[in-house]
Amino acid sequence: MPNWFSVIGDKMRTIVRLLSFLKPFAGLVLLSVLLNTAAILAGIGLLGTSADLIARAALQPSIAELQVSIVGVRFFGISRAVLRYLERLVSHSVNFRLLARVRVWFYNRVEPLAPARIEDYQSGDLLQRVIGDIESLENFYVRSVAPPLSAVFITTAMGWIVGSVDWRLGLVLVCGLLFSGAVLSLLALRIGEKVGKVFVAAKAHLSAEIVSAVQGISDIIAYSQQESVLENFKAHQRTTSHVQRTLVAGSGLINGLMILLTNLTLVLVLWLAIPMISTGSLEGYRLAVLAIITLASFEAVNNLPSAAQSLHSNLESAKRLFELSDQPPAVKELTSTVSVLAGSPEILEINRLSFRYPARADTILENISFTLLPEKKIALVGESGAGKSTLISVLLRYWDYEEGEVRLNGIDYKRLDPQEIRRRLGVVSASPYIFSATVRQNLKIANPIAEEDELLNAVRLAGLAEWLDSLPDGLDTWVGEHGQLLSGGERQRLAVARALLSKAPFILLDEPTSGLDSLKEMELMNTIFDLFDQRGLLWVTHRLIQMDRLDEIIVLRAGRVIERGKHNRLLAAGGYYAKLWQAQQRLLWEARPDLLV
Amino acid sequence: MILDKRLLRLLMSERGYLPGIGALSLVSAVFVVGQARLLSSLLDAVFLEGADLARVLPLLSGLLLIGLGRALASGGMEILAGWMAVGIKEKLRLWLVKGIFSAGPAPFQRENSGEISNTITNGIESLDAYYSQYLPQLAVAALIPLAILISVFPLDWLSGVVFLLTAPLIPFFMVLIGKGSEAVTRRQWQSLSRMSAFFLDTLQGLRELKQWNRSLDHAERLARVTDEYRSTTMNVLRITFISALVLELVATISTAVVAVQIGLRLLYGMMNFEQAFLILLLAPEFYQPMRLLGQRFHAGMSGITAAGRIFKLPMLQSEEHEKRGGSPLLFKAGDVIRFENVTFRYPDREEQALKGIDFEWKFGETVALVGSSGSGKTTIARLVMGFIQPNEGVVRISQHSLTEIDLEVWRSQIAWVGQRPYIMNASLLENLRLAKPQCSSGEIQQALRLANLEEVVARLPQGLETPIGEAGAKLSSGELQRVSLARAFLRDAPIVVLDEPTAHLDAGLEEMLESSLERLCRNKTVMIIAHRLPTVMRADQILVLRNGQIVERGRHWELLNKQGFYAQLVLGYRG
Repeated sequence: MPNWFSVIGDKMRTIVRLLSFLKPFAGLVLLSVLLNTAAILAGIGLLGTSADLIARAALQPSIAELQVSIVGVRFFGISRAVLRYLERLVSHSVNFRLLARVRVWFYNRVEPLAPARIEDYQSGDLLQRVIGDIESLENFYVRSVAPPLSAVFITTAMGWIVGSVDWRLGLVLVCGLLFSGAVLSLLALRIGEKVGKVFVAAKAHLSAEIVSAVQGISDIIAYSQQESVLENFKAHQRTTSHVQRTLVAGSGLINGLMILLTNLTLVLVLWLAIPMISTGSLEGYRLAVLAIITLASFEAVNNLPSAAQSLHSNLESAKRLFELSDQPPAVKELTSTVSVLAGSPEILEINRLSFRYPARADTILENISFTLLPEKKIALVGESGAGKSTLISVLLRYWDYEEGEVRLNGIDYKRLDPQEIRRRLGVVSASPYIFSATVRQNLKIANPIAEEDELLNAVRLAGLAEWLDSLPDGLDTWVGEHGQLLSGGERQRLAVARALLSKAPFILLDEPTSGLDSLKEMELMNTIFDLFDQRGLLWVTHRLIQMDRLDEIIVLRAGRVIERGKHNRLLAAGGYYAKLWQAQQRLLWEARPDLLV
Repeated sequence: MILDKRLLRLLMSERGYLPGIGALSLVSAVFVVGQARLLSSLLDAVFLEGADLARVLPLLSGLLLIGLGRALASGGMEILAGWMAVGIKEKLRLWLVKGIFSAGPAPFQRENSGEISNTITNGIESLDAYYSQYLPQLAVAALIPLAILISVFPLDWLSGVVFLLTAPLIPFFMVLIGKGSEAVTRRQWQSLSRMSAFFLDTLQGLRELKQWNRSLDHAERLARVTDEYRSTTMNVLRITFISALVLELVATISTAVVAVQIGLRLLYGMMNFEQAFLILLLAPEFYQPMRLLGQRFHAGMSGITAAGRIFKLPMLQSEEHEKRGGSPLLFKAGDVIRFENVTFRYPDREEQALKGIDFEWKFGETVALVGSSGSGKTTIARLVMGFIQPNEGVVRISQHSLTEIDLEVWRSQIAWVGQRPYIMNASLLENLRLAKPQCSSGEIQQALRLANLEEVVARLPQGLETPIGEAGAKLSSGELQRVSLARAFLRDAPIVVLDEPTAHLDAGLEEMLESSLERLCRNKTVMIIAHRLPTVMRADQILVLRNGQIVERGRHWELLNKQGFYAQLVLGYRG
C-alpha cells in the first residue's frame, strides 16, 4: 500500500505539531509523567512487598527479618495515594495551560484571516465545532501523551527488575506488556479510524434530518408526510447505531484480549519460574512476588487502547484546526506603511475598481468609480447578489483587489495600514454582532476611550433613550447571550450608536434595515440620515426608500454600474431603476422571512 | 448514588439486556475469587510443598482457563452494556422525533432548530456513558466486593472484618465528596462553559472587533481571561482532589493493613500461607470496582445533566397535539369557515398572539391577511391548518368545529405554501411528489410549468432527478419558493392557504411569481398572508391585524377611504 506511509506521515506531522504546544511547559509535562510512573510503580511496590511479607512470614523467620517488608508495605501504601494526588494536580495544570495556549494561538492565527477567510465559519454551528475541536485536544494530552510515556518507563523498569531474577522472565513480561500496550492500541486505533469516519458522516445526516424536520414541520404535517420523514430518520439512525455497535464490539474485544493477555503472561511467567524453583536457582518465596507484580504491572497499559481509539478523532480535530488556521490572509501583510494625513476635507476615491474572489472566474465588481466626501450621500442599489456587500468588504480592507485603485485622502489603499483605514470608516451592517457583555462594553467596542456622557448621548441620539431607561442597570446591564435582550430594531440602533461614537468621517451602511418591518425601517433610516448629516454616507441597499435624500444613486447589476444619478432623473429615464422602483411599489410590506412559517 | 427516575424508565425500554449484564457481572465476581484461589493454591503447592511443574500443570491450565473466562465475561459485559446504551439512545431519539410531529409547529416558534438537533444528537450521545459505564459498574461494584466478602469470611474473619469496615468508607466518602464536590463541580462546569462561551463570542464577533480595530487587543484579553480561569479552577481542584486522595488512601492503607496483619499472624503460625495469600490477592480486587465507580461518577453526572436538557426540549413541554381520528369532512360549495371569538397564546409566551378574532370566509372567497410581523397573521393560518387549537373560541367549518373533524382529511383539501419550504434529502422529483405521492409525469410537468419552475429544472445537471437539499444542489430562495408553489399546484386542492412569497427586488422574478400565484388562486377558496399590493387589491376581504386583533376589515378601496391604519400602511412608508 503506497499511500499507507503518507497517511502515517500525515498523522505524525499532526502529532508533532500538537506536541509543540507542550514545549513551554515541557518541565511540567515531564514531572507529571514521572509522577504518574511513580504512582503506578508504588502500586506495584505495595503489592510486591505485601507478597514478599506474606511469603517470607510463611517460613516463620524472626520478626526482624520482616521489618523491611512491613515498612515497605506502609511506605508504598501511603506514597501511592500521595503521588496520585500530586500527579492529578500537575496534569490538570498542564491541561489548562495547554488549553489556554491553544485558544490564544488559534485566536492569533485566525485574527488576520477574519473575516474574509472564515466567512463560511461565521454560522454558529461550524464555530461551535471549532471550539469543540479545541476542547477535545485536552484529551490528547491526558490520554495520549502522558500514559504511553509512563507505560514505556514502567515496562522498562519492570523488565529490568524481573529480568534481574532471570532474563527469560523479564523478556516474557516485557513482551506481554508491549503486546497489550502497543498491539492492542494499534488495533483500537484501526477500529477507531475505520468506523470513525462513517460515524461522523452518519451523525451529520442525522442532525441535518432533524434540523429540516423542525424547520419544515408545517409542510410535513400539511402534506401528511410524518411517516416518510420518520422512515428516513430511522434509516440514518440505523447506520449510526450499527457503527456504534461495531465500535462497542471492538472495544469489548480489546478489553477481553487485555485480560486474556494479562493472564497468559502470568501463566507463562509461572511456567518458566516453577522449574527454576525445583532446580533451586530461584528461592520459593519469590514466586509469590513474581506472580503478583506481573499482574500489577498491567495497570500501566490497561487504558492505552481506549486512548488510542479516541486518538483518531483527536487528530481529526487538530487537522481541522490546522487547515483553518494555515490559510494565508486575504490581504497581504504590509512591509512599510504610510500614515494617513488628516485630509480637509476627508476624501475617499474609488477609481475603476474591479474585484473577483481569488481562484474564481466570475467578476463580482467591474469598473466601479465614485468619490465619497463628508456630507455626501451615495446609495448603491441592486438585487441581491449584485456585488454590493462585496464592495464594503473591499473598502474595509477585508479583501484585496487587483484592478483599479482606492485612495484615502490621496494615498493609495495598498500602502496604508488597514487599521488606519478602518479608523476612518464606521459601519452599520445587516446583522451587527452584539457581544455577551454589558451595553457599555458593547458600545465601547467602537471607541474605547469614550466618556460616560458621550455614551449616553450616542444611545439617546440613536433612539434608544426609552430602552435604556427600561434597563435595570442602565449602561451596565448585561445584554444576554448574543444580545438576546435586544429586539431587531434595537440591535440596529445599538450599531448606529457605535458608528456615532466612532467619529469616523465615513459611514458604510450595509443593508442596515434588513430584518426590520417597513415602519421600523422607515424610522431607522430617518434617524440615520439625520444623525450622519455631516458625514459621508455609502448605503448599500435593495430597498428603495427615501431615495430623494441621496446625492447619487448607483445602480448595480451583475457587478456593473448600469445607471447612476439622482432619484428623480433615474425615474424619469424609465430604465432598470424605474422598474425596480415600480416592483417595490407593489410590495405592501417587507416580510421578515425568519418570522414566517 | 446518582440514579435518575427518567433515565431508569428509559433503561426499562431495553430491559432484555439486563439479565445478561447481571449474569455476566455475577460470573465475573465468581471468576475473580476463583482465580485468586487457584493462584494461591498453586503458589502454596510450589513454594511450601515443593511441587514441580508437572504436578501443578492442571492448576496452571485452570488459571489460563479462568483468565479466558474473565476475558469473555468482561468483554461480553462491555458489549452488552454498550449495545443496550445504543438501543436506548435509538428509542429515545425516535420518541423525540415523533414528539416533534405530534407537537406540531407551535412550540418551535423561537427555538433554534440547530440547538434542538444538537440536543437530540449530541445531548443523547452523552447519555451513553451513563448506561454503558456507570450503571454496569454500579452492578459490578455491588457484586464483586460481596463475592469476595463471602469467600474471605470463612477463611479469616479478621480480614473479613477489615474489609467490611473499610468498604462502607469508600461509598461514604464518595457520597460525602459527591455532596461537597457536586456544588464545586457544577460551579466549575459553569465557569468552563462560560469560558467556552466567551471564546465562542469572541470568534463569532471577530468581524465586528476587526471593524472597530479592536481585534488585536482582544488577544490579550483572551489570554488574561483564560489564565484567570486556570488559576481559579486549580484552586478549586486542589481541594477537590484531596477527597480523591482520601479515597485512595482508604484503599491502599486497607490493603497494607490487611497485608501486615495476615503477615504477622502467618509468622506466628496462626494461619496458613494459602489462605493468607488468597486474602492478599483479593484485597486490591475488593477495592478496585468501587474506585472505578468513583472514576465513572463523572460519566453519571454528565448523563444526568444531559437528561435535564433533553427533558426540557420544547416538544415535550406542550401536550400532544396531533391526534388522529374525528369524522371526515369534505369542503364544498356553500360551506363557510368561521372564526368565532378565537383567542390564542403560544405556550412559551405571556402575551396572547390572537385576541377575540371573529370573521367568516366563504367557499370561493379570497381573504388577505395584512399586518406587521408578529401581528398574528401566521397564527391565523396555523389555526386554519389545525396545527394549533384556540385557547378560547372555536374555528368552524360550517357547523363542525375543527377539533371534531379528521385533520388529515381536512388538510388533504388544502394546498399549503409556506415561506420556507421543507426540502428533504432527495431528488427534486421526490420533493415535489411529497404533495401528491401518486402523480403522473403529466401532472408533474404541468405543475412545473404553472410554477415557472421549468427553466430551473432545465438548468439542473440531472433535471428532475437532481438531488437537492443538504447534500444536493443548492437552490436560491426564489427557486425554493417556486418548488413550494409547484407542490401546491400538484395538490390541486379546493382551499389554498399561502404565505405570499416575497422575492428580494428582482423585477423579472416578481412578475413570474405574480402570474403563478394568480393561476394558483383562481377559482379557489384562498387565505393569503399578503405582501403585495395587487394581491390585496384582488382580495374579497382584507383583514388588517395589529397586535393580535383585527383593527380594520373590508375591500381595498373601502379601507383606503377610511384613511386608517391600512391606508397608512399602503401609502405611508414609501419614500
